[in-house]
Parts: sequence; C-alpha cells; structure tokens
Amino acid sequence: MTQSSPAMVKAEGVHKSFGAVQVLKGIDLEVRSGEVFCLIGPSGSGKSTFLRCINHLEKINAGRLYVDGELVGYRQRGDRLHELKDTEVALKRRDIGMVFQRFNLFPHKTAVENVMEAPVQVRGVPRQAAWQRAMQLLERVGLADKAGNYPSQLSGGQQQRVAIARALAMDPKLMLFDEPTSALDPELVGDVLDVMRDLARSGMTMVVVTHEMGFAREVGDSLVFMDGGVVVEAGDPREVLTDPKEERTKAFLSKVL
Amino acid sequence: MTVDIDKTTGPDVTPPAGPEAIKAVPVRHPWRYVSAAVALFLLGSVVYAFAQGDINWAAIPEYFFDDRILEGVWKTLLLTVMSMLIGIIGGILLAVMRLSKNPVTSSIAWFYIWFFRGTPVLVQLFVWFNLGLVFEYINLGPIYKDYWSSFMTPLLTALLGLGLNEAAYMAEICRAGLLSVDEGQTEASHALGMSQAKTLRRIVIPQAMRVIVPPTGNEVINMLKTTSLVSAVQFYDLFKHSQDIGQNAGSTVEMYFLAATWYLIMTSLLSVGQYYIERYYARGSSRSLPPTPWQRFSAAVLPARRPKGVAA
Repeated sequence: MTQSSPAMVKAEGVHKSFGAVQVLKGIDLEVRSGEVFCLIGPSGSGKSTFLRCINHLEKINAGRLYVDGELVGYRQRGDRLHELKDTEVALKRRDIGMVFQRFNLFPHKTAVENVMEAPVQVRGVPRQAAWQRAMQLLERVGLADKAGNYPSQLSGGQQQRVAIARALAMDPKLMLFDEPTSALDPELVGDVLDVMRDLARSGMTMVVVTHEMGFAREVGDSLVFMDGGVVVEAGDPREVLTDPKEERTKAFLSKVL
Repeated sequence: MTVDIDKTTGPDVTPPAGPEAIKAVPVRHPWRYVSAAVALFLLGSVVYAFAQGDINWAAIPEYFFDDRILEGVWKTLLLTVMSMLIGIIGGILLAVMRLSKNPVTSSIAWFYIWFFRGTPVLVQLFVWFNLGLVFEYINLGPIYKDYWSSFMTPLLTALLGLGLNEAAYMAEICRAGLLSVDEGQTEASHALGMSQAKTLRRIVIPQAMRVIVPPTGNEVINMLKTTSLVSAVQFYDLFKHSQDIGQNAGSTVEMYFLAATWYLIMTSLLSVGQYYIERYYARGSSRSLPPTPWQRFSAAVLPARRPKGVAA
C-alpha cells in the first residue's frame, strides 16, 4: 500500500449514541483504497456500530464520515447539513457491500436467487445475465453446486460464502465485514477466511471487524484496536499484535491470543 | 454401575450373545376399553335419537340442488370472497398505518381496530342497515347523490358490515406477520441498495406471508360461516334461502341440516385450498417439504415416478 492511495473511508470525530449511551466517542481514522483494514476490540467497544455507520445503517450524531470523498447520509450546502432522502441513501449503498455476522440470507430464495436479487431489482440487470454472473460468483466462493439450495439447506459457512457472493454481485468498491466468522463452527471458519483472503488479493478495499487475529496479521494492511468507543491503538497489524504499545491493548491481546 | 459389576463378576450369569429383541408382556390398559365403550354408547344414543325423531330425511336430497339453494350457495361464496377482499385490503392498510412512524395515522388505526373488534358484528350489521333512519340522502357532492334507502342495498350492508369488521382482525394478523420478519432481513436488503418499497415487497412481505396465511385461512372459513348472519339484514344467502324453503315446505329442521351440509362442503374445500397455499409460502423454511396427500397417493400407486415438489 502506498501512502498516496486516496482515502476510501475517512472518519473525523465520529460520535454515535443510542439514547443516553455513548457508543462512539470521537473516532478518527482513514481507510485507504485497496487495503484490508481490521477493527478489533472487546464486545461493546463500538467497532460493529462504527462499521454500520459507514453505510448509514446507523446515523452518526456528530463528526464527519466520508466514503470515497462523499459525506455519508448528508449533503452539505454552505455550512448546513441536509439529510439525504431514503432513495439517495439507497443509491450510495449500492457501491458498499456488507457481510453480516448472522449471514441474513433471504430464506425464501435459493442461493443463486439471493445473489441475483439486488442486481436484477436495483441495477435492472436482465435475469439471464444476472444468473450467469451469480453462478460465476458462486463458483468463486466454491458453491456452484449449491446454487439451487435454500439457505436452510446450507451450513453456516456455506451461507456466509453465499452472503459474500451476494454482496460482490453489486460490484462494490468497498466491502464491510461485521464479524463474519463469529457465528460459525470452528471447522467452517477456514473456508470463509479463504474466500476473504482471495478477495483481499484481488485488491478489494475491505473493512473487517473480526476476532480472527491470525487473519488480521496475515491479510491486514492496517489494524485499529478500539475500546470504549475510542481508537486506542492503530498501526500495522503485525506490529500492533506482536508489540502493542498501550496497556489496554496488551491486556486485550493477552486474553485472545 | 452395580449392574455392570454383577455382570462381570457373577459366575452363573451367561454373557449375553449379542442384542436380542425384547419380548416383554405389555402393560394392559383396561380403561381404554371402558372409555371407548362409553363413547360409543353415547354416540349410538345420539344417532338413535335422531333416527327416532320425526325427520323427513327425503326432503334434504329433494332440495339439495334446488335453484334457490344453489343461488344461496353462490351468494354466500360471493359475499365471503368480497368481504374478505375488503378485509384483507383494509387490514394491510391498517397494519401499515399502525406500524407507521406518524402518530396520527397510527392512533387512528389503533382506534379503528379497538372499535370494530370490540363490538359484535351483528350489531354492526344492524347499524349499517338502519342508518337510513338518520340519513335521508347520501350526497357525495357532484359524484353521487341518492336516497339512502336505495343506496344501502342488503348486499352493500352485508359487505360493509362484514368487510369493515374483518379489516380490524386482518390488520392484527398482517401486523404480526410483518413484525415476525427478522430485522436483519431489512438491513441486508438496505445494505444491497434496495429501496424501502422494494424491501417490503420483495423481502419482508413474502416472509411475512408464512405467518399471515394460516390465520387468514381460518378467517376465510370463519367468514364463510359468519355470512349466515346477513339473513338478519334481508340478504338472501344460503341460510336465508334454506330458512325460507324450510318454513314454506314445513321442513324447517331438514333445511337447516341441508344448509349445514352445504357449509361443511364449502369449508372442507377451502381447507384443501389453504393447505396448498401454506405449502407454497413454506418454501425454504424447512429443509424439505413433506409430500402432499396426492403425491403420497401417486407415489404409492405409481412407484416409478418421483414426486415432483419434494426437495432433495
């Protein structure tokens, strides 16, 4: 990663609270184009919430959040912010893929229908073309033979790989992963990480909330350790994971490594 | 533990030569015979009583396909379908209103449901029927103007009474269905860039249907039976025709039997329809759908053919 690559995600003092509970207390960070950016931290540290702010599933209360140079969820006119309409938000989300901890596949659609749904419904791709592309993507995640299966007929690992294919079908410029392997049996984690590793190699910009330190060390370009709604430590994953500077990071890593 | 020790240490015990099928004396259930006998006796008494009654059984087949009866069956079905349509459309509307973030629409929906669910449908029918006592005309400005009595026909009374009442029940069923769909589904759909309307239409409603259809089927069957109330507002449905024939031909009870038989036939047919609609919306909810009775039948009769709808 060269330092000159432009910022895909830029956060400046991002705050988020749910009622009286402050979850994010001023997050500043920058995800460069083409890098794999890992977010680690204890549960409740706000890392998933921050991820959800990036595609405006959560509204931020203060600060500024940019994706590819554009404000998320707002338009600036003069010195006033205007909320974007639902349709405008949807338009921006097309380019941001998201993979959830609980997969969230559409249970009433088969694997290939799950992958085809957004291209057909949102981009207006003809069904035949969408089907061919969906089959290619399922091939890529190693599930071409499961195309006709419903999610309930697939294992967790298979469902998560279909979910990745579904997100890729919109040709996103940024992929968000919200603890993609946390709900999986240990045996199945490897297959999903393989797909993500492959995706990273292809140059996709990825923001990954994870507990897989091995993955972060091997594939990550940057790593941020969050706790209590703030960034505690940031840097190269190999450095932070092997030689953390902050006491809080040391304490966390000693428990999970 | 003690059993194990006995087995290994006891010199007289021959080691078991592999698993042997257990042949134990089954527990007897004498009370089952007694209760069966009592139930059969009671059933027999009822049948005997009716057989002894002064019932002109021949009148039932005589009038079974009478033109008036057939017209009544048709009117009953028509009324059921139209009232349910009003109920379903109104119910969806009310459910969306109740779930909306607008406090005014949501309160109005709440009030509507509270009122129509809280008053008997027969009372509502009579209110619609007798509104002519308080309104002389109906005046919709330039669109429509007429005497109330010629506007409010028995059909319209019946439709309004049954349909608007049904909407209140359907609203709760639809609301439960929409709420039953996991929030992650909406999020996933939004994250893919699908609009609010597309998310509702393509993702949420198809999944809500699995929760909505079974109680709606019950509502249809209930509605079919409830339509018999409209005889009270002079609407000639199956029940009203049967009643009229019964009084004229002097076979009142026989004609009630006849009506009951027709209602049973219709509700049975509706149950079959409901079974297949539920199957359709159960796609993907379980690993494989059980075969339908017809598939089971054809699989037994024609063993070479595989049932089509069974997922592998």
